[in-house]
Parts: sequence; structure tokens; C-alpha cells
Amino acid sequence: MTAETWQDRVFAALRQARVRQVGYVPDAGHARLIELAHADADMHAVVLTTEEEGIALAAGAWLGGQRAVLLMQSSGVGNCVNMLSLPLNCRMPLLALVTMRGEWGEFNPWQVPMGSAVPAVLAAAGVQVHRADRADEVADMVAACAALAFDSAVPVAVLFSQRLIGAKVFIQ
Amino acid sequence: MTGGKLDRRAVVATLLRDPGEMLVVTGLGSASYDAGAAGDRPLNFYLWGAMGGAAMIGLGLALAQPSRRVLVITGDGEMLMGLGSLASIAALRPANLAIAVLDNGRFGETGQQPSHTALGTDLAAVAAACGWAATCTVDDMAAVAALASRLRREALFAVLRISPAEVPRHLPPRDGARLTSRFREALNVTGN
Repeated sequence: MTAETWQDRVFAALRQARVRQVGYVPDAGHARLIELAHADADMHAVVLTTEEEGIALAAGAWLGGQRAVLLMQSSGVGNCVNMLSLPLNCRMPLLALVTMRGEWGEFNPWQVPMGSAVPAVLAAAGVQVHRADRADEVADMVAACAALAFDSAVPVAVLFSQRLIGAKVFIQ
Repeated sequence: MTGGKLDRRAVVATLLRDPGEMLVVTGLGSASYDAGAAGDRPLNFYLWGAMGGAAMIGLGLALAQPSRRVLVITGDGEMLMGLGSLASIAALRPANLAIAVLDNGRFGETGQQPSHTALGTDLAAVAAACGWAATCTVDDMAAVAALASRLRREALFAVLRISPAEVPRHLPPRDGARLTSRFREALNVTGN
């Protein structure tokens, strides 16, 4: 039996928000959530080839009366930009949980340009952006952002900072 | 390549005849016009943008409504922009989702430039290679009626080789918020 982690609490918040579809492009920072989603008989876990598929998946879920979440890494935000016109035009919710790269202790310079641009790109595309830096605030922030997204039918992204998830280690 | 010979309006009118409670998602451009011309209804969701998203909207809808049939009707250009979604859908194999691609081998909205399907890409073969168990390509009207029935029963990916001839514009509603509201109201899911 391992101790409950902040990722477990985030998953509980998603369940509490009645999220039934989880679209994801994998990231190490989301590994626990992805595992929990696949193990949950009430959830559809959908692996995506590219992040914008998840925006469209969430739109279809909403049309059909279910709630979805999109899990991705910061590098995927740029892939989503035009597809964000879908929730905005259709006054649909979107809840995206974005693990950040290219900031705290990043080893890979290729992660820096997109990671640095994420808040501005999302804001420019009409997405409300919130950022979690501490383990003790993440689950509450996800719960609040889920309420904002689904009750007010707006696109919302929660950025999980790289300091929170831990910098990827390339040299062991 | 000169495209197919099927009349796109006749094809879509056949696919959508007596639609009952079938849930229909159409890709931007002519597929949306064709579906609107076949008869506007609340359970038609027309895309006017979000190119490449039609198939995945169909997946989210099919997962949310497993007891309903979902049909995605889109063009070759829109499907090409979302090719990866063929793999994402095949990974889940929803039994209630079918896709019909109206393939004229052209980007019809932008000046009839040849698309990849006119330059060698076989979309039905792509879908099969992604793991779709049932795929077909149809190029004569006699087969379209039978196809319409299969699209309401099977998890089928169908390519219909339509003529690139332009047809009169028929513009369905384009207010996305209204399209969403009326769809959810018709499904009685507004409380979700």
C-alpha cells in the first residue's frame, strides 16, 4: 500500500466532478492519472495521437452529455490552438491539465520555447489559465477549475508546474 | 486522377434518409452543406471550422451515448487533417461509430486543389492499417443504399468517391452555441 499522492487526489477531484472521458497524450507527470483512468470502469481512457484530438473528443463527450478532461504536456499546447475555436464557438466546457516542461531545472532546450509560451498562447486563444505550484493546492485547484469549466461552459487549463512534478532526469 | 462520379448531394441524401435518432457530425465545408441540404435537424452537428476534428467529436459522442448510432460525414481534406484520429478510434473500437468520407480528391472550398487522395493516399487502406476491422470504398450509386444501412449497424469506415463537380451552396446554421444547445436538448442531457 503506497501513500496517497497529490495525483490520487487530483483523480478523486475529477471523479467528484463527474468526468467520464480522459483523453491523453502521455507525460510522465500524468502517468498515475492515466493508470487510474484505465483502471476505473466508469471512465473511458482515450490515448491520442496528438493533443487537438482531445479538444474534439471533449466536444463530442459534451454533446453526448458526458464530461471529459484532456491530459497533456506543455509541448502539446501549440498543437491545440485552432481546435480551441470549437469549445469557444460552441460555448462548451474544456478542462485541460497541462504538465509543464521547459522551466524548473529543464535539461532539454527543445522544451523551452513552447513551455515558455504556454500561458500567453492559451490566454490568447481564449482559455482561462491557472497554475499549481504546490502539491497541497493541486486537487483543490482542479476541483475549482472543473466547476468553472463545466458550470460556466468555458475552456480552462490548469498548469502543473515543473517544480511540482519534478524535472525529468536524463542522467542517472 | 479525376475524382469519382457519385453526386455528393444524392449520396448524403441517401445516407441521411429517415435518420431517426441517429447522431450526425459533419466535417467543415461541403459535408456540412450536404447534410444541411438533406434536411436540418437538431441531432445534426455541423462543423464550420475545427478542421480535422469531426472523427474525434464522433468518438466522444459515441462513448457518451453507447446505445445510439453515431455517423460522421466528412470530406477527404478534413479526414486527412485528422488522420491520427483513425488510430485513436481504432484503439477503442466503439461499436456504434461509423465514418463516411466524401472523397472528391480535392480541397473543394479553396480552389479545387488536388488532395492527397488524388495523389496516392487510399483512406480506406489507411483506416484498415490503423486497425479498423470494416472498411470499404464505394463508387457507384447502386451500392450507396446498401452502404447507408451498413453505416447504421457497423463500426464501418467508408470512402465514397464523389464527383468534384461543384454544387449550389446550402448553408446550415453556423452558430455553434445554438447547434450545441439544441443537440443537447434533443438528447435530453442538458442537466449533465
